[in-house]
Amino acid sequence: MEIISLEGTEDTPKILLDKGNSIFEISGRSLPEDAAEFYQPIIDWIRKYGEDPLDETIFVFKLEYFNTASSKLILDTLSALEDIPGVKIHWYFYEDDEDMEEAGEEFSELIDLEFEFKPY
Amino acid sequence: MRYIFDLHQMMLKNNIILVYEGEFTQEITKSVLAMAERNMDSVGEESTIKRKVFNVMVECLQNIVKYSEEYVTEEKRSNTAIFMIGKFDDSYVITSGNPIKDETVAELQNKLEQINSLDKDGLKNLYKDIIKSSTGLTEKGGAGLGFVDMARKSGQPLEYSFENMGNGLSFFSLKVTISRV
Repeated sequence: MEIISLEGTEDTPKILLDKGNSIFEISGRSLPEDAAEFYQPIIDWIRKYGEDPLDETIFVFKLEYFNTASSKLILDTLSALEDIPGVKIHWYFYEDDEDMEEAGEEFSELIDLEFEFKPY
Repeated sequence: MRYIFDLHQMMLKNNIILVYEGEFTQEITKSVLAMAERNMDSVGEESTIKRKVFNVMVECLQNIVKYSEEYVTEEKRSNTAIFMIGKFDDSYVITSGNPIKDETVAELQNKLEQINSLDKDGLKNLYKDIIKSSTGLTEKGGAGLGFVDMARKSGQPLEYSFENMGNGLSFFSLKVTISRV
């Protein structure tokens, strides 16, 4: 399966989706001008991955900031993952960033997936 | 030349550390954010405060990019808006002003009144209701969550006003306070 690897920029997150090495990660800052356009290829990739997933998928969110438009698309990304068996979410947040911790908790309340919260 | 001094004095009086007047784009948004971040870094601002200010700034700036209307009179055509940050001992004050169409004023006012009537949990529930019920982004690419998010990060009511500009437009001013204590 193709690998999606995007370097992070000042307004888009770093993306690494690599089935072969079992790495699934979105990290950094997300405030793109067009959030729907940015996230669509990621959601498409996940849907395709869902046709033949690994037994276990640890999907990492390590975001330092996201805007509200991205928040909607992150929910859509999580919804796509919800349909795949064996998916766990690792939600990283800076130790002192209560808002990012709470954002993860809210997603976990909206989505039927196992979340592990990881301060760093 | 007097206006230069007057503008300078007015900025000092209102503790304004950054002002941008002009066209708003994603590129401008990134530049303004970078300047504000450098400013907060240079004074060693606490990271939790910095993040909240950054958060409110992004929503404010991207609202202007998405929703500000062009202002056309016989003398001139302008699609500019204004954005400012004030810094006080106990707070940062993020303000913006931009023209919007008269017909959108009532809806916007209702939305802001609803937000200001809610407490912390009420805002959290409203945020969750909006994010799970919407089927996608609006045609302008927004999630309809910007003001709710600003109110949550601020923890204080959003202050706003509408000034009639004529030509079917109103000037929407918004003031969001982030406490430093």
